[in-house]
Amino acid sequence: MDFDLTLTFAGIAALAVFMYVLMDGFDLGVGILFPFAPGGDGDRDTMMNTVAPIWDGNETWLILGAAALFAGFPLAYSVLLPALYLPVLLMLIALIFRGVAFEFRFKADSSKYLWTTSFFVGSVAATFSQGIILGAFIQGFEVTGRDFTGSIWGWLSPFALMVGVAMVFGYALLGSCWLIWKTTGPLQDWCYRLAPKLLLAVLLFVGIVSLWTPLTNLDVRARWFTWPNILYLSPVPIITLAVAGLQYRAVRLRREGTPFVLAMLLFLLAYGGLAISLWPYIIPPSITIWEAASPPESQIFLLVGLVILIPTILAYTAFTYWVFRGKVRPGEGYHH
Amino acid sequence: MDLDPVVLARLQFAFTISFHILFPAFTIGLAAWIAVLEGRWLFSGKDVYHTLSEFWTKVFAVSFGMGVVSGIVMSYQFGTNWSRFSDIGGNILGPLINYEVVTAFFLEATFLGILLFGRDRVPRWVHFLAACMVAFGTLLSAFWILSANSFMQTPAGYEVRDGRLFPTDWWQIVFNPSFPYRYFHMVMACFLTTSFVVAGISAWHLLKGRFQDHARIALSMALGLIAVLAPAQILVGDMTGLNTLEHQPAKLAAIEGHWETHRGAPLILFAWPDQEAEMNHFEISVPKLGSLILTHEWDGLIRGLKEIPPQDRPPVWPVFWSFRAMVGLGLVMLGVAAVSLWLRVRRRLYDTRWFLRLLVLTTPIGFLAVLFGWFTTEIGRQPWTVYGLLRTEQSISPAITGGGVLASLITFFITYAIIFTAGTYYIVRLFQRGPQGAVKPADPAAGRPKRPLSKADEELGRPPPRPQSRPAE
Ligand code: HDD
Ligand code: HEM
Ligand code: HEM
Repeated sequence: MDFDLTLTFAGIAALAVFMYVLMDGFDLGVGILFPFAPGGDGDRDTMMNTVAPIWDGNETWLILGAAALFAGFPLAYSVLLPALYLPVLLMLIALIFRGVAFEFRFKADSSKYLWTTSFFVGSVAATFSQGIILGAFIQGFEVTGRDFTGSIWGWLSPFALMVGVAMVFGYALLGSCWLIWKTTGPLQDWCYRLAPKLLLAVLLFVGIVSLWTPLTNLDVRARWFTWPNILYLSPVPIITLAVAGLQYRAVRLRREGTPFVLAMLLFLLAYGGLAISLWPYIIPPSITIWEAASPPESQIFLLVGLVILIPTILAYTAFTYWVFRGKVRPGEGYHH
Repeated sequence: MDLDPVVLARLQFAFTISFHILFPAFTIGLAAWIAVLEGRWLFSGKDVYHTLSEFWTKVFAVSFGMGVVSGIVMSYQFGTNWSRFSDIGGNILGPLINYEVVTAFFLEATFLGILLFGRDRVPRWVHFLAACMVAFGTLLSAFWILSANSFMQTPAGYEVRDGRLFPTDWWQIVFNPSFPYRYFHMVMACFLTTSFVVAGISAWHLLKGRFQDHARIALSMALGLIAVLAPAQILVGDMTGLNTLEHQPAKLAAIEGHWETHRGAPLILFAWPDQEAEMNHFEISVPKLGSLILTHEWDGLIRGLKEIPPQDRPPVWPVFWSFRAMVGLGLVMLGVAAVSLWLRVRRRLYDTRWFLRLLVLTTPIGFLAVLFGWFTTEIGRQPWTVYGLLRTEQSISPAITGGGVLASLITFFITYAIIFTAGTYYIVRLFQRGPQGAVKPADPAAGRPKRPLSKADEELGRPPPRPQSRPAE
């Protein structure tokens, strides 16, 4: 068969993870900015209301990420999760605290501040642990046979921690641009002031990761810095810088929707860059997508459904975003 | 340190799934209940259905939120603690779980937004449709996850290559021999669970003399469903048991507490099974009834546990007793159903105080029965994760340590204790405030500040002003 099933599946898993990063990225970002809102609890209510109707759908992409890995690449699922035991635990616990905060915070009276904290800390910790997971992934895992054989602390490294911090700034950038789009008045002004600073920090981190990775990883170095690859790949950093420039301009000109679109584009480029570095490994540095794949019988069974279901999901997701379009104004809340 | 990761990982799985299942057991029924209320409101225009729906939607939102966050934990736990299981079974279980995500979870999660927050933004019929989608999503979710679980109980349509499972026939995998029974038994269990909560809360409101109109309607609807489902559940349960006799004889022998193989086996009502001594203490039994129930013959042959090598036997005591707990609660439900019918015929349903008090007491009965049912099923499957194919101790992740699992077990325990306490507190408060507390200003346009946004409603076709209906009699 000419058609490479496994490649298609890797595409679907990559799409799920990317959709997750974008969509839960901005609502985790809103959580990260939560305590700093200039207008106090009033602003926080507004911020939460911008994401309350959609966060659950956004988070479902994370479940799809896990499920697509389990179904399409069971070996990767069973190596990566034990290897990332503690960061995954941290992420799950953090997502629990921020997830229940949506409901609890609006139901609480005197304990409201507790759920404000829970929302903020949960968002930061979930983001940080996702960054650690990414960092650990870039650095690779110790595998013997079909099992992870490293230590439970194997993921811990300065690099992984740095990527964790980078992720917090990255999601905060997405969050601030989302708020520019969805809010008005002082809250929006505040985000206009904040976004360029976050953008600068993100660029800095992207730069560090882009240099650190090839310095410590010979394969990655070979991939990027050998002729003719360097020729084909050089547009990636150049376009990234150009997009960042446009982003800065859009914020200065107080555009409303453009900064968010450009922020997503920045994430797409960074994600693409990583994919180039790590391709075709699903468990760096040793196991490729084809080695980890489930058999065609499994993949075909799923693909038949996914071809119809993923467009359907995208369609009704778009419908809800459309239902909840427009600005969320202070004190208005759709809360039920 | 002497921490056995297998024991701890089992404990962790049992704890987190038992916590998780409390919410699906409630939300699957509640989603359907809300959809019915929305439908009745749409077609009858009576405000009382609208207020009832708003009220239960708030309760739904809190429990659904907890269901979601505890469910995400489950989908990662297969990999973190049970990586050998994931590698060996992933080719089959992965696609089933993936289908659950793409058919059910997205549907639920996306339309939940419209259900909870969209009332003023979409026409009534779209809101009703969103409620139906959420309800449909929960049923689909149960479909796939129970298919996966049933495959682990009664595997079919697979072959073993290089020590791993490969699919050969997906139809047989999805509709494996125990799946249809389990699905109906579980969905009915969820509907019963919700009905008992709705009945209990309505009875409580009636006893307090509050929200009479709403409470009567809700009580009558819930008890009506119980009257149908409680006896039906016992029938389906019996069929489930016959299926288990056929496919998992060791589990059934443990359920029944039979050590010896006999013809004309007794029905053991009470006993203290002793795994070591291979016998029951303090046994009270009815002669021959066991064979009659299971084989529908007085002298039917029942195989005992002694035919099964000791290392392949499930722990008998917990299976035996959790089964009896479930059946006992099922009989209580049947009793409630019977009394409710009798009172309904005599038109005393809403003012028989002892019965209302009984209903308040039985509010959590469904949750208990569901948990005991699952304990029977899952502990009865031991020592296998995939019945007859993969042993539990061979399913564990080789890399994890006892200390690591213990740390995560404790973390989950504390986290769940906190959110469970908070969630229960907020739900109880919602119950106290009751349906009236849920009402928004009658005219949505009056209750909201003017804003450009409300144009959205017009574009979508604003619903006509609500008819001023009388409160239901
Ligand atoms: C009979 C039903 C049933 C059973 C046995 C399970 N679940 Fe569940 N699950 C549901 C029925 C359900 C649901 C009704 O669809 C939930 C409950 C409340 C909710 O929010 O959706 C849900 C939520 C839920 C979510 C969040 C979905 C979302 O974002 O909407 C995940 C990831 C899981 N579950 C995963 C699991 C796993 C891995 C299980 C087994 C080990 C499991 N569930 C057992
Ligand atoms: C929803 C209600 C469920 C409850 C209350 C429940 C309960 C339990 C319990 C008590 C155990 C521990 C058994 C023991 O170790 O003695 C267990 C184990 C397990 N169950 Fe379930 N279970 C449920 C559903 C499921 C589902 C839907 C699946 C899979 C699709 C599943 C897969 C497993 C696995 C992988 C284990 C761990 C290995 C083992 O100890 O056997 N369970 N469950
Ligand atoms: C009173 C008569 C009942 C009988 C004879 C009965 C029978 C059974 C049997 C034999 C099993 C084990 C299936 C297996 O082998 O794995 C089971 C499981 C279960 N039961 Fe019951 N049951 C009854 C009532 C109830 C009630 C009232 C509820 C809840 C409202 C309930 C909820 C469950 C659940 C959740 C399971 C585990 C899921 C499954 O395996 O389907 N049962 N039941």
